[in-house]
Amino acid sequence: MAEVLVYVDHVDGAVRKPTLELLTLARRVGEPVAVALGNGAADTAATLAEHGAARVLTHEAAEYADYLVVPKVDALQAAVEAVSPAAVLVPSSAEGKEIAARLALRIGSGIITDAVDLEAGDEGPVATQSVFAASFTTKSRVSKGTPVITVKPNSAAVEAAPAAGAVEALSVTFSAQATGTKVTARTPRESTGRPELTEAAIVVSGGRGVNGAENFSIIEALADSLGAAVGASRAAVDAGWYPHTNQVGQTGKSVSPQLYIASGISGAIQHRAGMQTSKTIVAINKDAEAPIFELVDYGVVGDLFDVVPALTEEIKTRKG
Amino acid sequence: MSLRIVVTVKYVPDATGDRHFADDLTVDRDDVDGLLSELDEYAVEQALQISENSDDDVEVTVLTVGPEDAKDALRKALSMGADKAIHVEDDDLHGTDALGTSLVLAKAIEKAGYDLVISGMASTDGTMGVVPALLAERLGVPQVTLLSEVSVEDGTVKGRRDGDAASEQLEASLPAVVSVTDQSGEARYPSFKGIMAAKKKPVESWDLSDLELEAEEVGLEGAWTAVESATERPARTAGTIVKDEGEGGKQLAEFLAGQKFI
Repeated sequence: MAEVLVYVDHVDGAVRKPTLELLTLARRVGEPVAVALGNGAADTAATLAEHGAARVLTHEAAEYADYLVVPKVDALQAAVEAVSPAAVLVPSSAEGKEIAARLALRIGSGIITDAVDLEAGDEGPVATQSVFAASFTTKSRVSKGTPVITVKPNSAAVEAAPAAGAVEALSVTFSAQATGTKVTARTPRESTGRPELTEAAIVVSGGRGVNGAENFSIIEALADSLGAAVGASRAAVDAGWYPHTNQVGQTGKSVSPQLYIASGISGAIQHRAGMQTSKTIVAINKDAEAPIFELVDYGVVGDLFDVVPALTEEIKTRKG
Repeated sequence: MSLRIVVTVKYVPDATGDRHFADDLTVDRDDVDGLLSELDEYAVEQALQISENSDDDVEVTVLTVGPEDAKDALRKALSMGADKAIHVEDDDLHGTDALGTSLVLAKAIEKAGYDLVISGMASTDGTMGVVPALLAERLGVPQVTLLSEVSVEDGTVKGRRDGDAASEQLEASLPAVVSVTDQSGEARYPSFKGIMAAKKKPVESWDLSDLELEAEEVGLEGAWTAVESATERPARTAGTIVKDEGEGGKQLAEFLAGQKFI
């Protein structure tokens, strides 16, 4: 059976959920071989094996943390040359897309980014994408070289599928470009204890109607009652009420959770582009004419300062 | 000392228009108005700020690859304050994918001459966000991408990249490729004076032969990906809308419980 390379996104050996989703998709097109790089790479093996990785290629070097992107491209290229895979799958993070693009160019292959589904086809994997602010669904394939495909979080279920997960050292020679962009300082983001925005099953977002940084606490309280991530519209981020890393929309993150709750968000195209593929959409807004209500499964026309706290209380009561 | 900055910009269909596909499954550009991709306005802005903050001679060139109308995007950038523009236009470019676009841009950037390339983080139509990294790979220079802050001094570019797990300070020697996010700083509006001045600024037009490229390297023929189908997503059917008269929160909780979210 053909092998499929899966690039592992991990933090010091802790594998992030989108990589486990990729292993599910990889099994539809071949036998998954995971590539884990940097500090803690070998520690990923047990988790990857539980989710279907037949082999885990690892390489640890300081370059992965000290320089931007290129060392990882060098390593993935070495893995492609060692394995001759049927496809290469990479999580669709900002960095993942950069790694995948440079790899595709080097190995003379086409690239598809932001796939939301993947299936085996007669001429190689067929990727589903959601385009034009999710108003169209396309199916595409790579027509030249080894398909390199990046996949958005929440595109597949994480499934246990025990496999060997044999750890093998990958041999990597860094290119002249590898040390071109130095990371001179790194400040880890403080953990909020909430799920990662793009990975969360439920996202609760606030917009212009939240009317101040201090009021985001009521959005956070609702999120915490549901075990959800917190998002923000561009208006709220531009006003300085919430960090850019939480921005949902065309110039921020695109999310596709099971449930999306928009509070005080009018639903401009910019925002819709980032959340329209959510499975269930709920909105709370004072303005009955707000375009967000065209998208919702359930909408409440009302003041979010009344509705959101009442909803949070009711959820807490029901959860006991 | 002088510093040559090339800003790559894209002319995109207006996202508030009714975007759809043509029969050959490329983006239909005839039915929707186009404009300078909003994210590229931030790239133009940063180029102008670097120019204004520098003691050196700085020349800001805006570059686009696209059909005749794409000149509008160049005019906008020129009216913001860029010095000159290059328009790569050729019928054979129709249907070019991201890898092909990066090839054409890289050839044009090399022909124009550069110390720094600045791009928006992604286009607002394709939203792939891969072209800056591809340009760095093709040009063989450092990529300093997704910056929310950028500065250039003494042949070094520095910037801040805000990722999910960490915020990083980056540094590279010129020449380099930079991309900026919408957090890098509000883009200026063209002044009346700027709009008038833009009419006199030079716009060079290049075609594939000027860049020593063959038709089969670009366009639909040269694309390394194939779109097999494009289907319009059915509009969401209107859901339940209630007016809050004191029970809105409870009613919503009831709905969420019914959907098994609670």
